[in-house]
Amino acid sequence: MSDTLRDKYEVVIGLEVHVQLTTQTKIFCGCSTEYGSSPNSHTCPVCLGLPGALPVLNRQVVENAIKAGLATNCNIAPRSIFARKNYFYPDLPKGYQISQFELPICEHGYLDIETEGRGKQRIGITRIHMEEDAGKLLHSDEAGVGSLVDLNRACTPLLEVVSEPDMRSSDEAIAYLKQLHQIVRYLDICNGNLEEGSFRCDANVSVRPYGQKEFGTRAELKNINSFRFIKEGIEYEVERQIELIEDGDKVVQETRLFDSDSGTTRSMRGKEEAHDYRYFPDPDLVPLVIKDDWITQVRGTMPELPQEKMQRFISDFELPGSVAEVLTAERNFAEYFEACTRLHKDARTCANWVMGDIQRMLNESGIDIEQIPVTPQMLCGILERIADNTISGKIGKQVFDLMWESSKSADAIIEERGLKQVTDTGAIEAMVDEVIAANPAQAQEFREGKDKLQGFFVGQVMKASRGKANPAMVNELLCKKLRS
Amino acid sequence: MADKITREEVEHVARLARLEFSPAEVDALTGQMDTILAHVEQLNELDTEGVEPTSHAVTLENAFRPDAVTHSIGVDKALKNAPLHADGCFGVPKVIE
Repeated sequence: MSDTLRDKYEVVIGLEVHVQLTTQTKIFCGCSTEYGSSPNSHTCPVCLGLPGALPVLNRQVVENAIKAGLATNCNIAPRSIFARKNYFYPDLPKGYQISQFELPICEHGYLDIETEGRGKQRIGITRIHMEEDAGKLLHSDEAGVGSLVDLNRACTPLLEVVSEPDMRSSDEAIAYLKQLHQIVRYLDICNGNLEEGSFRCDANVSVRPYGQKEFGTRAELKNINSFRFIKEGIEYEVERQIELIEDGDKVVQETRLFDSDSGTTRSMRGKEEAHDYRYFPDPDLVPLVIKDDWITQVRGTMPELPQEKMQRFISDFELPGSVAEVLTAERNFAEYFEACTRLHKDARTCANWVMGDIQRMLNESGIDIEQIPVTPQMLCGILERIADNTISGKIGKQVFDLMWESSKSADAIIEERGLKQVTDTGAIEAMVDEVIAANPAQAQEFREGKDKLQGFFVGQVMKASRGKANPAMVNELLCKKLRS
Repeated sequence: MADKITREEVEHVARLARLEFSPAEVDALTGQMDTILAHVEQLNELDTEGVEPTSHAVTLENAFRPDAVTHSIGVDKALKNAPLHADGCFGVPKVIE
């Protein structure tokens, strides 16, 4: 599609995110939420939807919802109620999903995002409500009984976070989603795994000619399980809708499935009548009343949030914004860095090591920072020895790799391997003399003004010392000898 | 003569409930539902000015349970009433997406 055609239209996006909460038990019964157990092993009369079974609300779900609401600048409703959303599907044993409709627990929040296109933007959050998940349908027909239903997931707690239609590009949608994702991970209320469906996104997408006040007809995209696919799905949908309008056709309001193999979306037919959910208050669940002291207490248990942490890293440690952003992407990573800064006073050096060697080894070994074999204490053991000139920075990297393998302290490794830096002037001088004597031609060129050769000589001396010579002293002695 | 609810609305509600009726049954139900709605509509005669909408008949609030695992009933009991089951799952007619 040509840019000029595309530029005639404004894109409007609103997002609905389902956040699966990491509580021990389901939202309305005491069955475990453990992932990957054998089918239907975590079920009881409540989550099986047996007649007469009564749901009782998990208090932790409410606290997690309050946390999510506070972190996204929402009002926490002093009174909220649960509602039944009525529809039939084999993964929904009761014939209704318990959700919230009128009076959700959180309303009127926002997140501030920043993208290259429009800079800083405030994205409104209409509401956050609590609801139960459905079971899982397996379409294997090996057993010859049709489809199979596993209700382990039925009744696991979800938060649905509904945004205002405030985003104007797929970049803004991704920025919003990543920030929300980061927040629920920081709050430790969701494991954030998109592939396993712990953080699911539906996107409402429409286009309108610039200047038009009314929104265009929207399509709802479902079934997208990565940030990249969300971007692809939105991009495809925008072009599809513009082409329809340009051809004189109309966009139909419908649900469309994203197909990651083709990068396209396709219509889910025959669902138009299914949107009549006939919500009504669930008489089995009493109203939820939240007083200010409860909110205050929950607020007290919340960690510093990513945006605040980033700002503090910038001001306290004098780090560039881009560095602070990388360091605060994940809470555990940020806390690792902070633990280092308490042990070693040069925060920039800490940042370089955490973002460099620590990140590299985590990537290479495929482990999370929680399982890291090198603790902040151990890492700072290396940094201290570099700072006090016991070892050079280069040897420090070597010590780090050995530390990762052995989990031994920096001092133990330096001692064991004899890596202590040579700072004895006599010893270095001898090596310098040897190197100059072995390379008379280069020594001559250097004396005639080929300054570039300084690096060559430093390299040779460092090699002769197996990296242990103090580089500053080597430089100094080389200058003295070669210039004399 | 029905004036609270139309035949189409009755058919729509029946479809949502996955119920199938003959035209004669739809006629009969339309008449009956119309009478029911007329009966309930008498409530509108009450003056509810200043009365907050009621969602629950009891005055209880905040019934919670702690986030602690209790015993599930086990897959055998869970599937005991199922007309069809296989591999520890409930069997249902094939669902095509």
